[in-house]
Amino acid sequence: MTEWLNVVVQGVLTGGLYAMFAVGLSLIFGVMRLVNIAHGDLIVLAAYVSLMVTQALGVDPLTSLAVVVPLMALVGYALQRGLLNFTLGEDLLPPLLVTFGLSVIIQNGLLEVFTADSRKLQAGAIEVLTAQLVPGLWIGYLPLIQFAVAILVIAALQALFYKTALGRAFRATSDDQAVAQLMGLNTRHVFALAMALSLAVVAIAGVFLAVRSNFDPAIGPARLIFGFEAVIIGGLGNMWGTLAGGIILGVAQAIGARLDPGWQVLAGHIAFLAILALRPQGLFPKVSG
Amino acid sequence: MSRVEHASRSSRVGLAVIGVSLLALAAAPLWGDRATLRLLAEMFTYVALASLWNLLAGYAGLVSVGQQAFVGLGGYLLFALGIQFGVPPLAAVFIAGPVAALVSLPVAVLIFRLRGAYFAIGTWVMAEVFRLLASQISALGGGSGISLPAALVVAMAPTRQWRELEIYWLALALTVAVLLAIFVLLRSRHGLALTAIRDNELAAQSNGVDVRRLKFTVYVLTALGTAMIGALIFLMKLRISPDTAFSVNDWTAFVIFIVVIGGIGRIEGPIIGTVVFFLLRQTLADLGSLYLMMMGTVAIAVMLAAPKGIWGLIVERLGWQMLPLQRRLVRDPGGTIRAP
Amino acid sequence: MAETLLDVRGIDVFYGDFQALFGVSLRVDAGEVVAVIGANGAGKSTLLRSIAGLMHPRRGEIRLDGASITHSPAFEVVRRGVALVPEGRRLFPSLTVEENLLIGAQLKRPGPWTLGRVYDLFPALAERRRLPSTALSGGQQQMAAIGRALMSNPRLLLCDEISLGLAPIVVRDIYARIPRIVAEGLSLVIVEQDIVQALKAAGRAYCLQEGRVALQGATRELTRETISAAYFGI
Repeated sequence: MTEWLNVVVQGVLTGGLYAMFAVGLSLIFGVMRLVNIAHGDLIVLAAYVSLMVTQALGVDPLTSLAVVVPLMALVGYALQRGLLNFTLGEDLLPPLLVTFGLSVIIQNGLLEVFTADSRKLQAGAIEVLTAQLVPGLWIGYLPLIQFAVAILVIAALQALFYKTALGRAFRATSDDQAVAQLMGLNTRHVFALAMALSLAVVAIAGVFLAVRSNFDPAIGPARLIFGFEAVIIGGLGNMWGTLAGGIILGVAQAIGARLDPGWQVLAGHIAFLAILALRPQGLFPKVSG
Repeated sequence: MSRVEHASRSSRVGLAVIGVSLLALAAAPLWGDRATLRLLAEMFTYVALASLWNLLAGYAGLVSVGQQAFVGLGGYLLFALGIQFGVPPLAAVFIAGPVAALVSLPVAVLIFRLRGAYFAIGTWVMAEVFRLLASQISALGGGSGISLPAALVVAMAPTRQWRELEIYWLALALTVAVLLAIFVLLRSRHGLALTAIRDNELAAQSNGVDVRRLKFTVYVLTALGTAMIGALIFLMKLRISPDTAFSVNDWTAFVIFIVVIGGIGRIEGPIIGTVVFFLLRQTLADLGSLYLMMMGTVAIAVMLAAPKGIWGLIVERLGWQMLPLQRRLVRDPGGTIRAP
Repeated sequence: MAETLLDVRGIDVFYGDFQALFGVSLRVDAGEVVAVIGANGAGKSTLLRSIAGLMHPRRGEIRLDGASITHSPAFEVVRRGVALVPEGRRLFPSLTVEENLLIGAQLKRPGPWTLGRVYDLFPALAERRRLPSTALSGGQQQMAAIGRALMSNPRLLLCDEISLGLAPIVVRDIYARIPRIVAEGLSLVIVEQDIVQALKAAGRAYCLQEGRVALQGATRELTRETISAAYFGI
């Protein structure tokens, strides 16, 4: 019995990580209706950047965040301003195909530079520390911290979006680009800020991923898919819903893995498809697709 | 009386060119060596895959990054039919199509609940589901894959040479059939509806086009064609595994690059794109991931600078058509217009 | 002697290949209220959008206080002190009433208009400040749109068909507040299909007909006949 409880708890905590994958993705969709197919690969890119930073500066992964987060934010700003802004418009194809091309470029670029070898970031003792909250229930410190950070990030983003001038600017620009300009908003700049924010979250997700498990250049698309599934399960337009979606995905995967290690990812897909079949708008939708 | 004319002078020239090319290609065994035939067959399969993707994305507005699901499904059906039921591979190719079409029905019901870019990722998820399921089937090699039994292969033809000729002609015939089917569809009333959807979906709907039904049908038909080509591809490879069958790179990335570079939403685009793609591949093949990076960069550049691709540029500058797909109303001297 | 605030000189504006404005010239002096009237499709909204920077003329010039804003982007034009109340209100549906007003003040231009002042002018908005903007009636939405534009403390306010779709009594109510807006030192351009209110509020008027200025002059000197002739192009 406690064994299954452990499985579920593991799944819940992993869900926090998946929510982190997802939040950056849904942020961008909310502000500019853009789905970034390269999102997962950017998470992996962040992981590699963290690898380089920890090796070059001799710091631990957590400290590397101080460099990786601003760096990725800058990359996001430049990417949006320099490339993705030109794909925005009525047509669905350009942003999809351009970000797809970007995904291929990033994956293969990482392959060229780092080879296909599997890497992992070492976070030290915290990786194996566990606590026993309830007799028989073991919770790893690291997954717990990551889950807590996920909640903090989502809370911070909610506050940003609904209580600050920047958040107003995001929501207004997303509503009506032309009238937003009439308010003095340089929409190209606003979109770039949104992408910078998204990649800042991606940076955190990437570092967490790198500490949590092995990574190599090819695992990007799977992270995109997990993030996407979390968003759809949770419902569009609702960040807390995305957290719920991530948790459900994590739990489904954990249960699947417990039954048979080869079924882990498949179990997650089945949970996603079930939601799609039974409640396509997701569990807590705020907007329609 | 007035009528709708499809042809133009350039399309008449184009048809002639196509006719001559087809004859030359059919006669390739006479002038080409074994390696050439293999290359040509591979090119044919990409022309077919790209044309099908183009129909889905460029005409029906359904951008899929998961067509590898049906390529792999077709391949695995071929192997399953052969290994489990001893069905001759050539026949299995033609069975794989309709079976895949049936499978695509529930798939479509599910993923059509998503829209736009989310639909695209949904197709990717389905492909992943197929891949994971395939690796669970130990009778078909599980995760490491399986080879086509020698007995089946040998039974295809008296000699290896004949077998390869059969496969070559099948590839050519299947590709021509796919292109012909697409052409007939686009020339029909449904094709007009599809072009309308491509240009302005809302307007098409308000003019009575059943957009949802048409998109659904196109998706299923595309799955049918893609699976047949997939079966053919893995017949040529003689070996299948989940990673090769459902490879995003091979069956989606390359296909998308071909269509984007050649020209989306134009039937001639995939043909041009395949030629360019293979030219590049022959000259740059050994660069591995650098090659893919270059393709990605070129595709992005084309999407931003020339979104209609190479053929789109040609059409814009010169007004050419290779195939008679335009619709021009030709007025009579009498001045009355009769509906076609 | 009033100084020229807005000087539009002979602008040609196109939508793709379609020409919407032909050599249109218009002048607004500081403190003036100018009306631009004309039938549907005459080019009135196009004129305002061009001044506001949402579109740019292919030929001609637009000067604000002597400085050219012909090709300035919209967010730059607001910074210089020109605010547009767009046709159809176009409040931000994701924002509350108050947030819509606050975003008008995004640029923090100095001036008399604050949240409190706007609520003073339009008490109905104060009562509904926390509601989503979509919950307002048409007249209230129009007030909110005007308030939002005022929050940027402009020197020139462009009003695009503020009477559109509103009941006459509501229109009268809104126009009754125009004098208070002008009293703060604002200049106004009022575009209307309904000419009665516009001509009552304005000192000078221009009449557009199929993209050209068909008539201009002081409102008290314009007769019914000359207006009709210019309006309908007879």
